[in-house]
Amino acid sequence: MIRVELPPHLRGLAHICGEVQLEIQGVATQRSVLDALEARYPMLSGTIRDHITQKRRPFLRFFACGEDLSHEQPDAPLPGAVASGAEPLLILGAIAGG
Amino acid sequence: MSKVRVLVGTRKGAFILTSDGKREHWDVSGPHFAGWEIYHVKGSPADPNRLFASQSSGWFGQVIQRSSDGGKTWETPGGEKMPEPGAPPAGQSNKFVYDDSPANGKPLTTHQWYDGTQHPWEFKRVWHLEPSLTDPDTVYAGVEDAALFRTTDGAKTWHELAGLRGHGTGPQWQPGAGGLCLHTIILDPKDPKRMYIAISAAGSFRTDDGGQTWRPINRGLRSQFIPDPNAEIGHCVHHVAMNPSRPGVLFMQKHWDVMRSDNAGDSWQEVSGNLPSDFGFVIDVHAHEPDTIYVVPIKSDGEHFVPDGKLRVYRSRTGGNDWEALTKGLPQANCYVNVLRDAMAVDTLDKCGVYFGTTGGQVYASADAGDTWSPIVRDLPAVLSVEVQTLP
Repeated sequence: MIRVELPPHLRGLAHICGEVQLEIQGVATQRSVLDALEARYPMLSGTIRDHITQKRRPFLRFFACGEDLSHEQPDAPLPGAVASGAEPLLILGAIAGG
Repeated sequence: MSKVRVLVGTRKGAFILTSDGKREHWDVSGPHFAGWEIYHVKGSPADPNRLFASQSSGWFGQVIQRSSDGGKTWETPGGEKMPEPGAPPAGQSNKFVYDDSPANGKPLTTHQWYDGTQHPWEFKRVWHLEPSLTDPDTVYAGVEDAALFRTTDGAKTWHELAGLRGHGTGPQWQPGAGGLCLHTIILDPKDPKRMYIAISAAGSFRTDDGGQTWRPINRGLRSQFIPDPNAEIGHCVHHVAMNPSRPGVLFMQKHWDVMRSDNAGDSWQEVSGNLPSDFGFVIDVHAHEPDTIYVVPIKSDGEHFVPDGKLRVYRSRTGGNDWEALTKGLPQANCYVNVLRDAMAVDTLDKCGVYFGTTGGQVYASADAGDTWSPIVRDLPAVLSVEVQTLP
């Protein structure tokens, strides 16, 4: 089970309260987690990754276990603590406040 | 008794203002989609309870919302439910992909950038949604970078009408200060194949074959900021308005100059007349008097606020040239707001109601065609758009 925390705007768009819990088949990667997230919440398609390029939108960042994973390859395995559900994958806006 | 529903898009959400036909007491609902930029909300003439909203964010991109109950509840068309196993994928109502297919036979890959170099077309947001006059599932979308899209399935999927970008001048289009945006879409109620659009800063265009082919309609426009002030394209048209009873007559607020065309845009003449400034963004036409038009003059392109600290709507009852200031109920001192291009609308009651929203968050209404004004709300986020529905 993978835990994902979304920024408030996307929680509101998808009518989600709290964090999302996803079951992933195979290796947990950014791509497999986002695929599963968009399958469950289709309205999130295009809001985290570009529809065509599938690249992370430029003002979003991915963090987990105190590390910045934003520039990891989409098929790189996520940290073990994320894959086990001990730690969440954080998706958040790059520029906060102001 | 008739009712009026005012649809307001702001920098931080949408608001819906409703009143009976007297237009004295208003109910305010919202913010809908709090925290998101709502560039435009508009209802379907074919089904007034069907509304469409353009919701966007620099972080999360574009979302299209749809309501089937007049704005009480909303859904992302096709994306609101988890797909069943084995079912086709959910609709992608926010997927706007430029049509660069070989079938168009033309290179549609770049437009002119601010510095004159060529720049790839990049979708940024939907500025304007124009529902079909007859089909509640058909909507046109004007987007940045400038292109026209259409849905025929209630906004589940969108397809570009690529003949507009492909007609020949596309690589010369250049963004205005607000971006290369297609902000105005006007459907001709008497000729379903005729449509007008306007782009900052390319100009205005017309199709007579339902959107397959287009031609610029900018003859008579004069813009000192481009190398050839009388060029076929390159004019920063801010907004165009039409009275449905007389679709061949168009009124335009250009970057500078208020213009009028009596031949469906084939040629234009200036009707700025005695306005204190002919710079501005909005323009609209009285619902029942096709020669009564409204503008809100703005001081200049460098100072986007009303002149002299006075918020004045100007009305012409002669189709331009002779203008009168409408000030009753509007602040006449220390006011420095702007009124953006899609932020004025009229209802179809008798007397005609006129509505506009400001960058200061006020939405003003006049139930007597502009003679007197009062604020419906004073403290919304900056208003991006105002539309009105007159309901039975």
